[in-house]
Amino acid sequence: MDWINAIVQGVLLGGLYALFAAGLSLIFGVMRLVNIAHGDLIILGAYLGLTTTSILGIHPLMSLVVVMPLMALLGYCLQRGILNSTLGDDLLPPLLVTFGLSVILQNSLLELYSADPQKLNAGIIETASIEVGSLAIGILPILMFFTAISIVAGLQFIFYRTALGRAFRAVSDNQDVAQLMGLNKRHIFGLAMALSLAVTAVAGIFLGIRTSFDPSVGGGRLIFGFEAVIIGGLGNLWGTLIGGIILGVAQNIGAQINPGWQLLSGHIAFLIILVIKPKGLFPRISG
Amino acid sequence: MNIPLKYHVSRSSRLSRLVSFITVLALILLLAVPLLVGRADRVLFGVMFLYLALASLWYLLAGYAGLVSVGQQAFVGLGGYMLFALTIFAGFHPLTAIAISGIIGAIIAMPVGILIFRLRGAYFAIGTWVIAEVFRLSFAQIQSLGGGSGSSLPVAIVKSLASSRQMREWTSYWLALGLVVLVIGAVYLFLRSRQGLALMALRDNELAASSLGIDIWKTKFIVYIVTGALTTLVGGLIFLQKLRISPEAAFAVNDWTAFVIFIVVIGGIGTLEGPIIGTLVFFALRELLADLGTAYLIVLGLFAIFVMLRAPQGVWGFVRSKFHIYLFPLNYKVERFREDD
Amino acid sequence: MPKPLLITQDLNSYYGDFQALYNVNVQVMKDEVVAIIGANGAGKTTLLKSIAGLIGNRPDQITFKDAVIGSTRPDKIAKNGIALVPEGRQLFPSLSVEENLLIGGQLNRPGPWSLHRVFDIFPILKERRNQASTELSGGQQQMVALGRALMANPDLLLLDEISLGLAPVIIKSIYEALPDIIGNGISAVIVEQDISRALAVSHRAYCFQEGRVSLEGKSREMSRIDISRAYFGV
Repeated sequence: MDWINAIVQGVLLGGLYALFAAGLSLIFGVMRLVNIAHGDLIILGAYLGLTTTSILGIHPLMSLVVVMPLMALLGYCLQRGILNSTLGDDLLPPLLVTFGLSVILQNSLLELYSADPQKLNAGIIETASIEVGSLAIGILPILMFFTAISIVAGLQFIFYRTALGRAFRAVSDNQDVAQLMGLNKRHIFGLAMALSLAVTAVAGIFLGIRTSFDPSVGGGRLIFGFEAVIIGGLGNLWGTLIGGIILGVAQNIGAQINPGWQLLSGHIAFLIILVIKPKGLFPRISG
Repeated sequence: MNIPLKYHVSRSSRLSRLVSFITVLALILLLAVPLLVGRADRVLFGVMFLYLALASLWYLLAGYAGLVSVGQQAFVGLGGYMLFALTIFAGFHPLTAIAISGIIGAIIAMPVGILIFRLRGAYFAIGTWVIAEVFRLSFAQIQSLGGGSGSSLPVAIVKSLASSRQMREWTSYWLALGLVVLVIGAVYLFLRSRQGLALMALRDNELAASSLGIDIWKTKFIVYIVTGALTTLVGGLIFLQKLRISPEAAFAVNDWTAFVIFIVVIGGIGTLEGPIIGTLVFFALRELLADLGTAYLIVLGLFAIFVMLRAPQGVWGFVRSKFHIYLFPLNYKVERFREDD
Repeated sequence: MPKPLLITQDLNSYYGDFQALYNVNVQVMKDEVVAIIGANGAGKTTLLKSIAGLIGNRPDQITFKDAVIGSTRPDKIAKNGIALVPEGRQLFPSLSVEENLLIGGQLNRPGPWSLHRVFDIFPILKERRNQASTELSGGQQQMVALGRALMANPDLLLLDEISLGLAPVIIKSIYEALPDIIGNGISAVIVEQDISRALAVSHRAYCFQEGRVSLEGKSREMSRIDISRAYFGV
């Protein structure tokens, strides 16, 4: 029974990992940028949620109303202010600049909030659960999972059914010709980053509700997101969801065997997939 | 009558030969440092040498082989743990242990390399980070080496290095100096070699390389192995000085990767002199901003971003473009001279 | 004498360090079709890319509708009414046929062209509207590329080697559709390897040779001998 529970929890945890990964996947799809500061931006979302809830006294999930637009704006400014100039054929500038951003973000959060672990208090949903057969499944994990599905579906809708999505795809295909269509590529990239950070805000708030966080845990979240993207296959958001689920399940099965093996099991699952399917399970574009 | 002009291709210039001579003098001076300065400065020098070694190796990997790794801490920690394991369990002398750990580093780098070479670009970078995490989590499981909280190097082993504390510190210093000279020498020799030249010219153009019969990926793989081995050596020495190891300290991204990257970027990623200048700047900044606490890292990060965006050649690259000085004769110059010179 | 729609003035264009155009002076009047002919590497594509803004130049070297555009961003130039059908079609592989056309029209400039009208002159595209653009034949892809440019309702249409890589019968059908396209308030610059076609469809022509204008004049009045000389620089 514990095993079934572990697997179910793993699947639901996969939703959270998919949320970590969705923003990363989106940006890579549109502009081939891997943002090393991505994990720290998730944590930033959590801290913004913390400050918003303590100032306004609202529920963490309600704080999304403030945090999402804030992060979106931050994403747009970040992209247009700094990241756009790193885009090009050379792989070093975006990597090193986003790495620098990661360090700046972590230490700024450390200065502002100290290293004390924090947590967002979501009240009753943290402990409430529903009975399915002989399993007790938490409301929060279910909520996270369905939020992840909705967000992936939403992003797919934007990409494949809207003019903005057309613009994203065109710019990622051929920047020059996209500009001939009247698209300002700097602006489009800015919008893509804004969208990515809006999703990241959701990931951050859910992370903060689910577990305690501090400025240093961003790196770990980046790695989970990255593993989910690679397992699922580049350029495929549904694949990223599946990648997250596989990661969550692997971690939970490992934890069942030995609590200290939780993280290691996830990494090993990732490495195994890297060996047998280096392009991931459902790749759409090449790295 | 006109004296015909000839063109002459050379690697060294009079200026760089002079600078090389000065460098040799400087090395002799550095050897004498333990006799000349106090304890704190001696330790600082030692730390600087080790960081310089790490930076030179990271530079070889990223600047020349085009492999950006944010996971070299895997080898640093491996070196540290191998030192502890080999001295405590196999009874080796610390220096022997460190030498052996270098070989172990090379051996481990092979399957790791095969695995992560499946990834490219930024994904390769994060892959190296995953590997470092796997190392960290794995070593934290080994209870006999202290598990999650780590362990200290037994006194007997410490004393086997040298009986007095002063001798131990002097030995540590000379070892660090020797290692950084070895590392920079190895990097320099590699860059001058045929493989190094091929790598310089063709690293991003696999088609051109393969049409010339050069397997760029094999060369990159060898660079990865050698860098891994030497980084492991440095790791061993680092923890010989620290006398205590833990998974957090051994595999810390900040200490062994962030600082190293900053050093290389600020110094100038296109040149071998860059890491030297970068190390000096980094430690100068550290002394200057010591009172700021963590804000110092923010300044560092901002500085690195600024350099990357506005002056990607770094401090040394800037100096080089203005004054055409080369410490290491690595680039060819075309000189004109008259036939009767 | 009405003012030209487009003027280039001593245009010197560079690809990095390489100079591709030397003091090029070209004019296009409203409702005019101008042909640019010349051998490969003569600078024809460079001219079109410069006009479209993909290559930057000094601002005053290119004037369009009385505004200097030499250094203007390509998306702004597109907004002002210049549309380029690039060499080799360059459709967006991630977009379907219809999406390629729709993105051409995303500026929503007023004018007679719409998805409906493009499907009218190229009915085969309507049949294949939801297919990936890369699944189409060369000729059909060229129709999509043309349609995509038309959707922007441009004032000036730039066509870069639209016959390249196409079978003669396809080229024929595309050129037969051309009069329906141009001349309804759209001026055009046509870069073309096929000299007879280029001259047959244009009012005036320029011949380029190694980055310079080697001959210009009314298309009907150009002699074969003059063209040969100008083409090959003999």
